[in-house]
Amino acid sequence: MTMTLQATPSLRPSPPDNDHVIRFVNVRKTYIMGSEEVHALAGVTLPFRRGSFWALMGPSGSGKSTMLNVLGCLDRPTSGQYFLESRDVSSLSDDALSEFRLRHFGFIFQSFNLIPQLTVRENIELPLYYLGWEAAASAARAEELAQRVGLTGRLNHRPNQLSGGQQQRVAIARALANDPVVLLADEPTGNLDSATGNQIMHLLTELNDQGKTILMVTHEPDIAVYAHQRLHLRDGLIDRIEGAH
Amino acid sequence: MRQFRLARNIALGIKNLLLHKLRSVLTMLGVVFGVGSVIAMLSVGEGASQEALERIRMLGSNNIIITSMKPVEEEAGSGGRMLRLSVYGLLYDDEQRIRETFPAVDRTVPVKILRKEGRLHDQTLELRMVATVADWADLVQRPIIAGRTLIERDIKDRANVVVLTEYGARRLLATQSSIGQTLKLGPDYFEVVGIVKNETGPAGGVQTPDQEVDAYVPLSLARERFGDINRRRTAGSEESERVELHQMIVQLKSTDDVERVAAGIEAMLKRFHKKLDYKMSIPLALLREAEATKRRFNIVLGSIAGISLLVGGIGIMNIMLASVTERTREIGIRRAIGAKRKQIVMQFLIETVVLSTIGGLIGVGIGVIIPWLITYFANMPTVVRLYSLVLSVGISMGVGIVFGLYPAIRAAALDPIVALRHE
Repeated sequence: MTMTLQATPSLRPSPPDNDHVIRFVNVRKTYIMGSEEVHALAGVTLPFRRGSFWALMGPSGSGKSTMLNVLGCLDRPTSGQYFLESRDVSSLSDDALSEFRLRHFGFIFQSFNLIPQLTVRENIELPLYYLGWEAAASAARAEELAQRVGLTGRLNHRPNQLSGGQQQRVAIARALANDPVVLLADEPTGNLDSATGNQIMHLLTELNDQGKTILMVTHEPDIAVYAHQRLHLRDGLIDRIEGAH
Repeated sequence: MRQFRLARNIALGIKNLLLHKLRSVLTMLGVVFGVGSVIAMLSVGEGASQEALERIRMLGSNNIIITSMKPVEEEAGSGGRMLRLSVYGLLYDDEQRIRETFPAVDRTVPVKILRKEGRLHDQTLELRMVATVADWADLVQRPIIAGRTLIERDIKDRANVVVLTEYGARRLLATQSSIGQTLKLGPDYFEVVGIVKNETGPAGGVQTPDQEVDAYVPLSLARERFGDINRRRTAGSEESERVELHQMIVQLKSTDDVERVAAGIEAMLKRFHKKLDYKMSIPLALLREAEATKRRFNIVLGSIAGISLLVGGIGIMNIMLASVTERTREIGIRRAIGAKRKQIVMQFLIETVVLSTIGGLIGVGIGVIIPWLITYFANMPTVVRLYSLVLSVGISMGVGIVFGLYPAIRAAALDPIVALRHE
């Protein structure tokens, strides 16, 4: 599988802190469950270096999913600061967070989350649609991305006509469509057999080699070894960090 | 760019609707029948009222029509007498007074109604005749079929001429070749000088002055020859009436004066008539009344229309709410990718508007066909107005927006994290 990452011109101004794409400063996320407060994140401070590959691990309820949601601007921290490209995004409006998701992130999910009534091409083009790309340009982009993730000739298929591994490739192509700074993956191999899972991890590793920062939630140690750093969470706090920092 | 996006949004909406063809069609039906019935009902109402308005307009909106009327008490006490004479109605003097008193009056046309036995060749029958003046032809304008109408000279010379109406001509079996022939009326002989069209049949409760009239003769002559007493024989008794004028059409110079002058005439007539033996009808007032009735009618129809469209709208809302629930996951995906709330609102809103607009357009088709069928099979006049089509399509689009808004807002308000987890 050969892939070429073509540099697309970035619209983002170059940030002062170029080393770290994301910085968490004492980030807390508290949920109220009935009369009880649940601290999903109990004060996490951590910088994420540009181009790094992290595995977020921990038992269920450790806060790893919450962390991914906050990282992906799907959720706001209750307190603390979250710097994305040196901008504090911890208290932005819903619209502004949508804009950040649209321009900076690509999401990969355990259950692929493709829209069933759209074709492969249309699924890949979805972020471009919201970015306001014209039809011809986004069609070309979808073609190029499909090729990059190893899917060709399937562009007019529906997701349910594809295997799980192929569906995840479509999801990755879609996540790459907006040329994001950070790829967020939530158990990307959870619904795949181990052979297919390993292929997907190879693809992610290649993307990381080409410069994408990848933050991945997983509970499988076999999958976590693909990452350069492994962050273990427990009760909403950093338990330990493994790997080159 | 914006138009291009809107076009893409609409294309996307249509695509989504096509995924559930049966459901979309069923959802649309409410609007289809709502719009269809609105247009059909309005067209029937419009057809009926237009016919009435047309008849009233024919009476002339700057005219006042005064008709002699037998007073009620006169009719009551007839009690077994063999011969009686009732005297009532408008007087020749009334006409003169009205003409001379009100400067706003342009002219007056007096009318005397006579019933005489008429004979043309072998046809003998009782004819209803209007004795009038030459101005009649100006006030009650009808196309001439043959010959001419009464002219000033006929009146002045008290000429023995008669103008048949189309209705009378048919009864007498007179044709164009009857012009110049002699019609015997009572003891006298008249020359047929023309045949004119006339209006027959009622017109929304308003009588046209030439309704069921057979012939016209000069008033001056009729007065001289036949006098003012009309005899009528009914089973065993003979009844006589003395009526100078049966009707008077007062034409004013301008429509603006109608109400003021009508009040003046009424006051004047009251002074000279002890009994109420006349009736005034003002086409302008009738016209206004008919228009008000039409407005009320339209409001009632509009309300029915509103209810049916409301039901259609609720149907749409119901389906869209189901659709939002069904597509929660999709909404979550779109939001995660970066769609803003208003973009989700737009997506769903466009679907409902597309649905209701297509429904509205189909409804217009049905709404045009139904009146046509009504006219064809039930022989009722119908008029489909452009405004009712535009209005219905506009309203159905509005229904789409109003009833689509809530499901769309519900969709956009979903928390993307929760939506993504939705099974």
